[in-house]
Parts: sequence; C-alpha cells; structure tokens
Amino acid sequence: MSVADLPQSSHHAPPVLAPGHGPATITDKISSVVFGRMPLWFYVGMLIAFGGVMMLLGALTKLVFEGIGIWGNNQPVGWGFDIINFVWWIGIGHAGTLISAILLLLRQEWRTSINRFAEAMTLFAVACAVIYPLFHTGRPWLAAYWLLPYPNTMGMWPNFRSPLIWDVFAVSTYGSVSLLFWYIGLIPDLAALRDKAVKAWQQRVYGIFSLGWRNSARHWHNYESAYLLLAGLSTPLVLSVHSVVSFDFASGQIPGWHATIFPPYFVAGAVFAGFAMVLTLVIPLRRFFGLEDFITTRHLDNMGRVMLLTGLIVAYGYAMELFTAWYSGNLYEMYMVKNRLTGPYAAIYASLILCNVLAIQPLWFERFRRSVVALWIISMFVNFGMWFERFIIIPTSLHRDFLPGAWDMYTPTRWDFATFFGTIGLFLALMFLFVRVLPAIAMFEMKTLTPEAKIKEGAH
Amino acid sequence: MSERPSTMATEAEGDCHAEWRRAAADPAPPVDLAEVRGRLAASRGPRFWRGLEEVAQTPEFEEVLHREFPRFASEWPAGVSRRNFLRLSAASLGLAGLTACTRQPIERIVPYVRQPEEILPGRPLFFATAALSGGYATGVLAESHEGRPTKLEGNPEHPASLGATDAITQASVLNLYDPDRSQSVLNLGRIASWESLVGALGAAMSAQSAKEGAGLRLLTGPVTGPTEAALVAQILADYPRARWHRWDPLGADNARRGLAAAFGAPHAARFDLARAEVVVAIDADLFYAGPAAVRYVRDFTARRKVEPGAAAMNRLYVAEATPSVTGTMADHRLAARPSALPGLVAALAAQLGVAGAVAPAGLDERAARFAAAAARDLAARRGRSLVVAGETLPPAAHALVAAINDALGNAGETVVYSEPVEVDPVDGRASLAELATALRAGEVDLLIVSGVNPVYDAPADLDFAAALNREETLRFHHGLWVDETAELCQWHLPATHELESWADARAYDGTVTLVQPLIEPLYGGKSAIELWAALAGRTATTGYELLQEHWQQTPLAEGSFEDAFRQALHDGLVAGTSLPALMPALDADAAAAAARELAGAVPATGFELAIRPDPCVLDGRHANNGWLQELPKPITRLTWDNALMLAPRTAERLGVHNEELVTVTAGGRSVTAPAWILPGLPEDVATLHLGYGRRRAGRVGDGLGVAAAALQTTAAPWNLAGVELVRAGGSHPLACTQGHYAIRGWLQEETTEAERRHLVRAASFEEFRANPAFAAEAEHEGVDPNASLMPGHDYGDGYAWGMTIDLSACNGCNACMVACQSENNIPVIGKEQVRRGREMHWIRVDRYFQGELDEPAAIVNQPVPCMQCEQAPCEVVCPVAATVHSDEGLNDMVYNRCVGTRYCANNCPYKVRRFNFLLYQDWETPQLKLQRNPDVSVRSRGVMEKCTYCVQRINRARIAAEREGRKIVDGEVRTACQQACPADAIVFGDLNDARSRVVAAKASPRNYALLAELGTRPRTTYLAMVKNPNPELAG
Repeated sequence: MSVADLPQSSHHAPPVLAPGHGPATITDKISSVVFGRMPLWFYVGMLIAFGGVMMLLGALTKLVFEGIGIWGNNQPVGWGFDIINFVWWIGIGHAGTLISAILLLLRQEWRTSINRFAEAMTLFAVACAVIYPLFHTGRPWLAAYWLLPYPNTMGMWPNFRSPLIWDVFAVSTYGSVSLLFWYIGLIPDLAALRDKAVKAWQQRVYGIFSLGWRNSARHWHNYESAYLLLAGLSTPLVLSVHSVVSFDFASGQIPGWHATIFPPYFVAGAVFAGFAMVLTLVIPLRRFFGLEDFITTRHLDNMGRVMLLTGLIVAYGYAMELFTAWYSGNLYEMYMVKNRLTGPYAAIYASLILCNVLAIQPLWFERFRRSVVALWIISMFVNFGMWFERFIIIPTSLHRDFLPGAWDMYTPTRWDFATFFGTIGLFLALMFLFVRVLPAIAMFEMKTLTPEAKIKEGAH
Repeated sequence: MSERPSTMATEAEGDCHAEWRRAAADPAPPVDLAEVRGRLAASRGPRFWRGLEEVAQTPEFEEVLHREFPRFASEWPAGVSRRNFLRLSAASLGLAGLTACTRQPIERIVPYVRQPEEILPGRPLFFATAALSGGYATGVLAESHEGRPTKLEGNPEHPASLGATDAITQASVLNLYDPDRSQSVLNLGRIASWESLVGALGAAMSAQSAKEGAGLRLLTGPVTGPTEAALVAQILADYPRARWHRWDPLGADNARRGLAAAFGAPHAARFDLARAEVVVAIDADLFYAGPAAVRYVRDFTARRKVEPGAAAMNRLYVAEATPSVTGTMADHRLAARPSALPGLVAALAAQLGVAGAVAPAGLDERAARFAAAAARDLAARRGRSLVVAGETLPPAAHALVAAINDALGNAGETVVYSEPVEVDPVDGRASLAELATALRAGEVDLLIVSGVNPVYDAPADLDFAAALNREETLRFHHGLWVDETAELCQWHLPATHELESWADARAYDGTVTLVQPLIEPLYGGKSAIELWAALAGRTATTGYELLQEHWQQTPLAEGSFEDAFRQALHDGLVAGTSLPALMPALDADAAAAAARELAGAVPATGFELAIRPDPCVLDGRHANNGWLQELPKPITRLTWDNALMLAPRTAERLGVHNEELVTVTAGGRSVTAPAWILPGLPEDVATLHLGYGRRRAGRVGDGLGVAAAALQTTAAPWNLAGVELVRAGGSHPLACTQGHYAIRGWLQEETTEAERRHLVRAASFEEFRANPAFAAEAEHEGVDPNASLMPGHDYGDGYAWGMTIDLSACNGCNACMVACQSENNIPVIGKEQVRRGREMHWIRVDRYFQGELDEPAAIVNQPVPCMQCEQAPCEVVCPVAATVHSDEGLNDMVYNRCVGTRYCANNCPYKVRRFNFLLYQDWETPQLKLQRNPDVSVRSRGVMEKCTYCVQRINRARIAAEREGRKIVDGEVRTACQQACPADAIVFGDLNDARSRVVAAKASPRNYALLAELGTRPRTTYLAMVKNPNPELAG
C-alpha cells in the first residue's frame, strides 16, 4: 500500500515514515547520499556557498584591517547589521535543540527524521552567529578573551553585571551542549557508515569518530542514558539562550528595548525562525535526495503548526509592545512606537507585520500546511520577517532615542551586506558538507519507526 | 590606507606621485611645440607653467592636474589597495590575535644637557600672548608643554578676553602645526633662500628709491600694531610716493564710513554691554563676529543669569537677515529681508524722534511693530540702551544709528567713541579697487602683499587675479600658506604664526597687547615686522629687537624699560593703553541726510541673497583648519561645506530639497551651490557663507564648497537684490550633525519632540519672577529620579565633581567644542565620516527650533557633554569593565581595557559617547603630534571615548594640592569648555564643597537635570533659560 492509496482525509495524519521501509532500506537510502555520487546541482550549490565563505573571509579581513567603520554603524546606532544578524542566526539555531531535546522528552516520534538535520543547522547557525559579537567589537583580538573570566595578572574580571557577559556564557554553553548532543546522536550512525564504507580512508575516518561503537547492548544502554541526559540539559537552554540574548536589549534603557516581554517574545521568535529555516532547507533537501519517505507531509504539517503557534505568540508580542507603549503613557515609548509606524523605517515595520503576522495565517488550514510550495514560501516570509524584526528592534530603537539632537539615520554599507551574505554562504557551505559526509537523517532512529520495531515494542 | 582626514602628508604625496608616474607611463600624444610657442608668445605677463603640457592644455595634463589636486581632497578613497588586501588576506584571520603585539619604535632618550629655566617635564607653562583676527588682538595664555604650545586659553586680564576665547582662537593653534603651511621661500615656484629674496627685494627697492617709490605698493590687512605701523610709516616716509593699501574682506568699512559721516572723523565705536539694559542689534552679530565679541558676550550674559529676587534683566532685540548666534540670544528676533533692514533703522530713528528722521514707507507690519516696541523700550532707558548696526548695513544706517544712540544719550555711556584703533584706517574695498586700477594701468612696479589673499577673496568685479598677473609688476607674497595669491606672485615668503613671532597689536579698545613666540618658527619664515624691517633697511632684523627698539622709543610705563617690558610680556598687555573715550559732536545734517536716504530706500522684491562670513572659516582664512571645518556651524550644524540656505517656504516654492544644487545668479555672475533649508531665514532670502571654494588652501580646505566671493561686488558685498534662483539639477552631499533629513518630517519631529520632552526649559522673566521653580515643575510626573535598587556611591569627604550649564547664557558659539577638541586630542574625521554620523566631539551643542518652522519663535542651544551620571547606564553594560565609576563620581573611560562593543554608547540616553570606528587619529604627521596634549591619551581605533570632565586637569590640581597638603580649592580646576566659554555659562566644581560655585548654581531654582526621570542622576545639570520678552510684543 502506498501513500497514494490512503484515503486523503484532513483528519487522518500521514505517517512519519512511508510504508514499505525496513532497516536495510533505510540505511541504504540514507547512506547512499554519503557514499553515492553527487548530482551536478550539488557542486554548483557548493561552489556558490563557498564563494560566500570567501566573501566572508574577505569582508572580515578588511574589517580587522580597517575597523568596523567600514560598516554603517554610527552614533547613535552603535549596533546595526552586526547584532541584527547575530540575533537572527541565534534564533535560527533554536529549532535544533527544541526538536532534539524537548520533542524527544515529549516522545514526539515525528521529530526523528528531522532532528539530525535541525541540530546540524543549529550548530552552523550558532557558528555564524558568534562571528558577529566577536568581530563587531572595535578590538576583536582583545574581545576574544577579555570577555572570558580567567585569572590574570591584572586582577581583572569581566563585569558580571553586563548582559554581554551573560551572552558569552549563554551562547558558549548552548554551542557546546548542542555540539555534544549532535555528536553523541551521530555515533551509532557513524559506526554504520564505517561499516558500510568501502574505501579504507573512509572506514578509518568514520571509525575514529564512531569511537569504537560496536552496537552492543551495553553501548546502547550507555548511549541512551547519555542522550537522555543531554536532552535534559539542553531543554532549559532552549529557553535560556534567547532569553539571555533578549536581556541585551531588555536590560538596556532605550525605548523599544526596555521591555519585560522580551524573554518569552524572543524565545517564541527564535523557535518561529528556527522552524522556518528548517522548512526552508528541508523542503528542497527531501526533494533533491528523494527523502520524501522519511520526511513526510506529517513532518511538514507539524512544523507548520509549530510555526503558526510561535508566530501567533510573536504577533502577540508586537501587539503588546504597542499596547504597553500606549498604556504606560511614557513619552519616549509612545514616540518609539510612532516612529516605528510612521518614521523613516516604517516600510520595514510594515514588512515585518506582513511577513510575520499576515503571511503565516494560511497555516491555519491543513491544505497549506501540507502544500510543499506554500510552506516553503511562508517559511521564506518568516525568514525575512524575523530579520526585519531584529532590524526594527535594534537600529530603529537606537536611531531616535531620548534627545532629538542626537538622532541620526542608519544606512548599512556594502560591507555589511558582504558580511551578512558571507555568513549565509558559510552556513550553506557547512550544510552542503554536512549532507555530503554525514547522514542527514538519523538512520538508527528511523529504524525504530519501522513496523518491525513497532511489533517488538508491542510484544514486549 | 585607512579612512582619515586629509591632514596627512606622506600618503597623499605617495598617491600623487603614483598618478604622475602612471600619467608619464601612458603614451600621450606628443606636444605640439609650435602651438606651445604660439601660446607662450600670445600670453601677456609672466606666466608660470609647470610643463609644456600645461601650455598646450592637453587633456592629459588637465587629467594629471585634476588628480594631483583632487576636488575633494578630504575624501581620498579610503579603501584597501589590492596589493595590501591580498597581503593581508594571506595571513589568516586567526592571526588577528597577534596584532596586539606591535613593536614599539626605537627611541633614544637624550637628557637636557642644560636644564632650561622653569621647565619641569610634565608641567605646562603658560605664556601671555595674543591671537590676532583682522589685525585686532585678543589676549591669550598659551599652554606650553616642553616648548610646544598645545592650547590657548583666554587671558583673564585682557579686556577683549577676560579669560575666555572664541572657537576660532581656540582652533588657531592648529594653524601653527598645519603641515600644509608654506615651508620655504619660493621664487617662481622653486625653493629659494631668504638672502636671495632680500637681494631681489633690495634691487627692486633701490630702483624705486629713484622714483620716490612711485611704483611701490604695499597690500596688507588692517594693522593695529604700533611697531608694525612705525615700520610701515618709515617705508612710506622713505618712499613718499609709495602707497599702502589695506584689504580685509571682513573689515568694518561701512561702519567706519558711517561714523566718519556722522562725526566728521573716522572714530571707532565700542560698546559697554554691561551697562546696556535694552540692546537692539540690526543684522549685527555682536556676540560672534568682530574683535570684541568675547567681551560683549561676557558683559551681556552677566546680566542674563537671573536668580529669584532679581529686579531686572536686560533685553535684546535682534533684526537680522540670517539666523546668527546673536539672534539665538534675542528676546525678540525679527527675520527681515536684507533690503528691509535700513528701513527698520529709519523707523527706529523716526520713532525716537531723531532730528530729520522720517518713517520709511515700505516697512511691513511685523517690522513696524518690532520697531515701535523696541523704540519705546529704548526711549524708556535713555543712557542705558544701545542700538548696534551690523557691517552689512549701508554707511548711512551706521550714521543714523550713531544719531539714535546720540539721541538716546548712549554716547559715552553704552557706546564709547575713540580714535580709530586701526592705524590709518581706510576703506578696504576702495583701497583694493584703487590698487587694481593702478595695476591695470601698469603703475605698479613692485607689489608686496602681506597676509591677505585678494586673488581668492576680492570682490568679483575687480577681477583681481587678472589685474595682478601682469608682466610689469614684480610681486612678493608674504603669508602662512602658498595660497591663490601666492600662486600669482613671483616671490613667496613664509610668514610666521602668532605663536612663532614677536609683535604687538591693539585690542578692540586699543589696549596694546604683546605677541610673544612660544616656539621657534617651525618652517623658518618671517613675521610682518621682520619683512618691513628688511624693506626699510633696518639693522635690527629680529622681531624681538624690532619690538624692543620700538618700545624703547615709546616708553611703556614709568621706570626702567626692561622692567616695564617684562611686566607687559608677563601680563600680555600694556596696562592703561586703551584708547580714551571721546565725545564727538554729531553732525546733525549728515544724520538727517542718512535718515532721508534710508527712509527712501524701498525694500526689494523678488529673491535676495545675503552673503555672510562663515562662522567657522570666516572669509576662508581658516579653510585649512580641520577643527574649524569639522566644527558644526552654529544653527545649521553643517560641517565641511557652505550651502545656499533657504527658508522652508522658499524652498518649497522653488521645489528644492536639501542638498539639491541651485544656481544663484546676481548681477550677471552665478554660482551653483547645494541648498540647505534653514528655519529662521526670512522668506525669499538666500544666504551663502564666504570662505569656501578655495583652490589653494591646503589639503583640508581645497575644493570644499563654493566661493561666494564670486558674487560679491565692491558696491554690494553683502546684500544682493534681484537674484535669480534656479534648480541646477543634481545634488551635492552635505555633512550635517543634526537634522539630516527632510524638513517637514525630520526637523518638525525633532522640534515637536524636543518641546514635549522639556529638554530645554524656558520661561519669560515675568513667569520666572512669579514662579521661580518653573523648571522643576516641568518634570515628568510620578517619577522619583532618586529611586534606585542599587546602593548609592559614598564619596565621604572626598571630591564629588559636578557641573552646571546655564542655558540663559549659552549662545551656541561652539567655543567649548573646539576648546575640548584642543584639550583632549580629539581627532578630525573628515566629511564622509561626519555624514555617516560619527563626529567625535565630546561636547556637542544641540540646536532646537521652537514653534513653527516657518517662523520659529526662538532658536535655542543646549551644550551636551557627558552627564557623568551617578547611576550611569553605560557602566552597567560594559562587559569588560572599561567604563567605571571613580571614587570622585566620574564615569572613567579606561581606553586600554575597552574592546569596543559600543553597548555603553547604545545605552547612554544622552548619546555623548564617541567611538573610534576607524583609525581617526593621525599617528604619522609629525607636526600634528606636537600639538597634542601630553596629559591626555591619544586614542586608537576601536575604543570608545567621551568627556572626562577634563580629568587630567583635576589630577594636575590634585597633585598640586596634595603637595601643599590642602584640598583643591573651588575654581582651581576649570574644564576646557568652562574656561573657553565667553558667556561663563559652565560652572564646574566640587559638590562636596558647600561653598563652591557649582553648589550655589545647583541650588538655583532654575537647576534641572536632563532626562531626570530615567533615574540616571546626572552630575551635569542645566539652569533653565530665562528670556525677557517685551510684553508689548507678546502674542
């Protein structure tokens, strides 16, 4: 029986694994991406992405050589593309942990086919994100370690009152836990690749990274405990990282930053952005590698639901910002709102509402949630929308704050764009490398979804 | 090469040479020698050519010329060169960490072989000397660090200063170190020696002695110095038929002619604003322009800082064609067309019953009301009032104003007449025109030009360049720069800066002020008196000898000459030399004639153009001064350019936006300038500042803006009627530090918000008397600014520094900004960076319009330095603790610790923090290094900086106090801004000292904190503005 034969009812959820798959077909299908020949489009895509990496290196070299004056930042807009992109990337990184950790703990088995991919995305997004806070400083060669608490002859410690220090801890913890979580999850599959590899060097490399995995019951026992523990550890991080990032703004006193709603609003926004990015990437991926059996419309549907939910929370956040400004009666807050709605950057605010509030409304309907094209278009809207949101929060709040005499405009330069597109290139290049050398779908976990696994479970 | 202002020699030259080489390498079509010969033969007068290509005027040469003297020299493409870029790319980004390990250059330390007297390394010395402007002296104390003058302060004993200075004087120290100053004697563009110059000059002079100097002409600026006057007089005596021409584009020609008509002699007038209760200034920028502005501001504002119980306050009426610093101080400001202003004088005279005065016909209703109210006010305060006419008004208006003051009994009270301060005063425009005629007639064999630049700044109708560039005239130029005039002279002699020369000059009241050098001339050079001495064949050749020689003949005081001279040098002035007051009799007929002339003048219709001196570079003489170029001009806050300023309605009618190019045509001449919309201008009036469009100012000033002098004529230098304004298409970017965008959107919003936020709190004197606490009542309700969860700081019985800024006194003259720049080694960043919004000034002056933009009720200024908050938002957010609270309450910036996250700047509600986005500081030019204050760190790229309350001065005072086992006394520490402020609007001191001035100021009911509701508890607070409008004109 194939998917097509199933009665197409909106109340009947499609399976998370298309019928007809057993352990062997799963391994074959997924590892074939690693061991098979890559189609031409892969190399073309990789080349473009690599071009982006080179652009990033070029832009950063110039930055270190000349200073951040090559960007558009100024007085009063001290943060521009640098922090917009930092927050944007960190937000994108949220889906991975959420899918891996929280959905694991909640025993949402549909997560299985997308968690590996989402985790990889998280890591790469965090890698792109950390470039910004480091290189946006005036003296990155010092910022690289002066923000860390280390004993030194100066007797100097960082200022623990500064949200930027909290950021350092939050992001580095998140990055390292995500890396560990991802790697631990990879070990059984690395061993499978080691065993399937034909070439000696491949066997050796995968062998080294599979850490001597022999598929023994004891290994599985240890593995399960470690994975569960890390999942437990990651769960609070999903909430903490973006909460802490939001403190950068919430603990500042600029109108448009100084708001108690920021932590939940940021976390929801991050999950929103993360799921949008997963959809953006997974939809072409399953198409090009023929993985529709593993990443089914059920996944897409669920991700659409999550996007709708978090999108509505974000929309609530926007509404509350407006309401609070009005309700507070605070002159500066009210002006901030007025400036967002009618000021020089009003078009960006309008785009934000279009992308993040209006564009997601079709997701109420299953027809759109199950339409690959609609989902992809909506996810792109959200990717843009979340970027606009950060633009609205950062430069738009800064450019007209308390003293009108100090107001100014913020205009990004081509180097801002070069750095931004460069990090997109880096992200995509890492993504390409990832699908080329590692199983993009957790093979062993997929096997638990096969009918065989279910039967055993039932007989247990 | 990183982005940096163009004050750097090495790189620029490197670029030019590369261009030359490239040009040479290009296969250019051969020069047609026959044609060149033809052109040379056809040309008249000596022409200097740089190569055959120039004569042939090949496009290649034009190209090279264009590249060598780029139009926007201050905006050299910053960028990385391909080579450098690849070189650096080769090193991986990981190596970034190693860049911290720079090698220090090797320096050999040579101790003093003989310790100079009084010099203690690290302790500055102050010498009294003078800054000269238009020949007039302002006494200054020059700060010298191990022989390097680094900063000028006002001389408290000098009548023109009283301890304060203006922005231009503050900036003049940078001219000393200007690397573009001429560095050698030049003959036909080649380096020559002083001896060869003296030889050539001697030969020419001996040829002249045969004809009694009939072919000898001297051209200088106004001269007030007795020594210089005596030397010139000797030359003129030796060569009786020689002529001495004077030219100053900003000279007081109209005032002089008016007073000469009124009194029959060219008397000088000076004002006593301390005694004036009602002042009417008609297009007179009393508080910014002229040699006495600093003194006038001090005298006037002393009566503005009212406290409860004050019985009276002075009142200022200003009628002007262009918003000025004086206009911002006005209690009533009337924006009037330039052609309507003479009528206003006539109306005043008629109202006051000046003999022969008749009311003019064409006065509009607003002006008539203004004149009537002002006249009644003046009449009520006879002998305690003052009417001043600006230089832009015709001589008749000055004559009539003299008659008005006479009728009001102000002569001898608030107006003091004296013999002229200038030596042999002449009408500069007439004098220059006479010279041009003589040159054209071929009557001039030898012309010596000293310190003026008529080729650039002469009225266009003289076509002075053509008149000057004649074969039969041997021309010597003496000046600080090889400027446009030097370019057309065969010989050029570098002049010395005031800080390099011995000289004397008179202040506005005639007080003889000595100029003494603080440093050997950096580039050789001769002072004016040394040049005249060579001409006069004196044996004494150094300035010092000449000065001594003169004053030995003209005793300074009782007692020995040596003692008197030393005393004068020490004080910076010769006491008791101010010119005695005269009571000249008014020529009533002349006054009546003047009144008739003014009453008959009909205001022009159509567009009018007002040409005014630039507030920063004046007539272009300071064009190469980066501090002044980057100084936001009062009111417009424009930098690096001049612009055609238009009132909002005028611009809208013309359909012109900011920065759009507009062609102004007047009298058949036209210039094209970018438009700038400025509220406060009268309708249908355009204003253009002088001083721009220089070709040979130097690397900073070349190619900026447009030359307004191209529209001036000898007959109408300031106000032109019947002007055509046409959109020229295209635009020219302008760098403005405030209000960058569309007028109705941005500026209106800025104006409305500033008002709603109660940033500048103001009341009328009546309101203040009724309710002294009006400023506190403007506080936002329901907020306790002192509420805090954080524990407060405890200062014990130590120091707790604080500051107040009196908005009643501030007129936005910018002196504080330049003083701060000079004191604190603040870099110049260039136009492009200012446009990006990265200006570095630690103290800025925010300008707000009040009321409707079409007719602003007032223009107010608010200086904003760091507030040194008690609960500082910046301190909390710095991740590396680079900005910390000191135990004296300052927000200290630790440059070495700063990594440049800019979080502090974002979180600063006052936006006073400044970031080194690029390597702004010039680390290479040796001359500029000499200027730096050694007590202040020179910041590098990537660090934040901001006002420190001049912590180096606090520390210097602390060391002195601790050595003497006492506390710092009130007034011992003065911040640079405070010290420079002519209005004495800034008070700084110890808040823990109950008897300090700052504590008293903060006790004033006018005291309020900016954004107090944020709970930052700023240590810098403001004293609210009190104005004294005439109830009669209310509503």
